[in-house]
Amino acid sequence: MSIFDYFRDRKKPATASIAKERLQIIVAHERGQRNQPDYLPQLQQEIIDVISKYVQIDREQVHVALDNQDDCSILELNITLPERP
Amino acid sequence: MAKIIVVTSGKGGVGKTTTSAAIGTGLALRGYKTVIVDFDVGLRNLDLIMGCERRVVYDFVNVINGDSNLNQTLIKDKRSDNLFILPASQTRDKDALTPEGVERVLNELKETFDYIVCDSPAGIEKGAHLAMYFADEAVVVTNPEVSSVRDSDRMLGLLASKSKHAEAGEKIKEHLLLTRYNPERVENGEMLSVSDVEDILSIPLLGVIPESQAVLKASNQGVPVIMDDKSDAGQAYADAVERLLGKDMPHRFLELQKKGLLQRLFGGR
Repeated sequence: MSIFDYFRDRKKPATASIAKERLQIIVAHERGQRNQPDYLPQLQQEIIDVISKYVQIDREQVHVALDNQDDCSILELNITLPERP
Repeated sequence: MAKIIVVTSGKGGVGKTTTSAAIGTGLALRGYKTVIVDFDVGLRNLDLIMGCERRVVYDFVNVINGDSNLNQTLIKDKRSDNLFILPASQTRDKDALTPEGVERVLNELKETFDYIVCDSPAGIEKGAHLAMYFADEAVVVTNPEVSSVRDSDRMLGLLASKSKHAEAGEKIKEHLLLTRYNPERVENGEMLSVSDVEDILSIPLLGVIPESQAVLKASNQGVPVIMDDKSDAGQAYADAVERLLGKDMPHRFLELQKKGLLQRLFGGR
């Protein structure tokens, strides 16, 4: 830093904190996926296929998650159905 | 009992080979018989960093295929009697490494060496997988930068699932080595700090290597940077090796060096 820098605007955006926040979110998300069994994406696909036969749904509106609590696994299925016309 | 240490990162260009060379040399200089194994088949560079590129006759794949034995293949470092290099093959492709072959060679190395340092290639393909599979400890090299931190976390996931120890229900000892650290940019809020990266990856910190001109100077000459004991990076690596051996050392080079009045005025470096 030279003498000229003192005349410049000293306010700097703390981009490091943005980086940390983004990393914490993506890393937590990816760790969650890491513990899921391999069959989960295909399971999700087949569930979507079956439901699509009867109802028009958006792929984004289907969430499949597997939770492990002690010695019990919970398969959670969350589907948002479209509003009735 | 020999210890296998893998130096890994996921992302390329963060300093795996520099680190493998420095840690391997540091262990050898402290009296441990050490071999550094280059797993980057097709893109070998450990020989250049160690300055033995013109002495490569046989390579890792030759040993696996039985074309040569370890005595013919290992290159003895000219600076330390305790240090040997097992170069990767430059011509074969990655499929030349087989799990059985790698395990056989590592078992043979275990008979004579105290430490086996495995220099992993970038990525998560076969070479990287085999470099970590047999490891007892892992040094995860990370730059304070988003893509490197994310890739390191991915490697930690693989270490916890796709390694021999993990499959046996045990845990590999993990170490975080933060490289290319720039305290000035951290102070300005432009770079993730040590504690930021520790928070995200949550593994024990082995060392912080400052961004340093000494690293390029050392690689230009084919000398491991740890040999440059006057440089900040060399000293930081030396501290990291001591910690790897179980010593408790304070972390250095984390703070911005205070500049003198003249440097402040004229912006000298």
